Amino acid sequence: MLPGITLGIVVAGALTQLSAFMGALFAALFVGLGSVAVSRGKRVAQGTALAVIYTTAFAAGVAILPHLDTRQELEHWLFGEILAVGNTDLWTMFGIGALTLLTVNLLMRPMLLTLFEPNVAAAQGVPVRTMQYLVFALLALSLVASLQAVGCVLSVGLLVAPAATVSLLTNRTSLLFWGGGLLGAAGAVGGVLLSATLDLSTGPTIVMLLGSLFLLAWIFSPRYGLLATRSH
Amino acid sequence: MSEIHHDCCEHHDHHHELVVEGLRVTYRGNVALDEVRFATSCGNRVALIGSNGAGKTTLIKAVAGLVPRAAGSIRWRGTAVKRWSREFAYLPQREEVDWSFPITVRGLVEMGRYPQTGLLGRFKGSDREAVDAALEALELADLQHRQIRELSGGQQQRAFIARAIAQEAHVLLLDEPFTGLDRRAATQLGERLERLAHEGRLVIASHHDLRSAHELFDEALLLATRQIAFGPVAEVLTPALLDQTFALPAALTSDP
Repeated sequence: MLPGITLGIVVAGALTQLSAFMGALFAALFVGLGSVAVSRGKRVAQGTALAVIYTTAFAAGVAILPHLDTRQELEHWLFGEILAVGNTDLWTMFGIGALTLLTVNLLMRPMLLTLFEPNVAAAQGVPVRTMQYLVFALLALSLVASLQAVGCVLSVGLLVAPAATVSLLTNRTSLLFWGGGLLGAAGAVGGVLLSATLDLSTGPTIVMLLGSLFLLAWIFSPRYGLLATRSH
Repeated sequence: MSEIHHDCCEHHDHHHELVVEGLRVTYRGNVALDEVRFATSCGNRVALIGSNGAGKTTLIKAVAGLVPRAAGSIRWRGTAVKRWSREFAYLPQREEVDWSFPITVRGLVEMGRYPQTGLLGRFKGSDREAVDAALEALELADLQHRQIRELSGGQQQRAFIARAIAQEAHVLLLDEPFTGLDRRAATQLGERLERLAHEGRLVIASHHDLRSAHELFDEALLLATRQIAFGPVAEVLTPALLDQTFALPAALTSDP
């Protein structure tokens, strides 16, 4: 399921520019929850459903954008503008971040059971379906939160790379839940500083930094890395 | 195994009975399982026998509450089981589990405590003790910090049993537990299931090796979408009944 999530959800944010946030949120929820709903039929894998709905929504966004009389360019939606983030955006991001952290920590056990093996979880009385929708709703929210800063495309990297990196380094559940967030925050700060020094665009630098960290972990992780001694 | 007590059969007069009546399951209008009715009690090991697609997995999932019943009832200890029971534990086929999931053996066993902690509950001392006891009972204490892929097939099977023990489950529903185990691991699992039944649990498992069924199980249920027979293994595994079970084109419907 996780690889499916990584495809990202929010690209359809370009669908509207009147109230960009609500539009992006709606589109993201539509794509994310739609993929869960479609894959309920079991015939279509969730990753497949997500890829289809996501690209379709993306295409719709790209097609409609030129007709919207918008002042913002496609590029802005795709890659964001972290230095243009205003106070309202910051508060929105902060609110979404707090909500996500709170929910995920309160519901860590049932979420973990659901993600690991939904059938066993359901037999223990975990509301599996609700958990699946909730995870995707939170994902969509988180993606929308980073939209202003890094745009539709790079927000996927910002969301996934830190978690993927941490998962190469630990099997401790609590570290997985917290580590991704911490690494993402560190990467964002590091990326901003680095971009100033190297005179590169800020958003892309953040994502490149996080991507590089992932690559390093993939190669050098003591347990699961390419060079790990007890590989089998 | 000291602090989890089972007020069970052998030590008491009353039996904890599982009674299934008129059970039917349909998938999109196709009958996947029909006319299943049997009664058994804790202390028993029941084999579900039938060809692929005969409904073995469906029956296990129906009892575990994972697929909706089109008709029929399930009673455990005299109480109707509406959807699921915290006293039932479902153990999936090993191939269905994502073994690369970042979780340790202990983490897996801790999941068993969900019915006790609930949606928002935290882990308490009693939960930790139950997990410790389950790990100890299944001889996994030394392996508890391993990631689950680093276990052998038999150990992986044991980890899921430990999860069921931590859950304090009385009915274990295992899907093809012996599949893919080498002979030594299979023997050990057989002994383990015997002990679990002896301690007062009810073990229900799908199985497809007819030769080993006699020693591994007490009762057998023959299935070919419909129930063909149910009873003590020696009485049920007769040539005539087996012919009936396996000769039928069981491909009318298929397991999900």
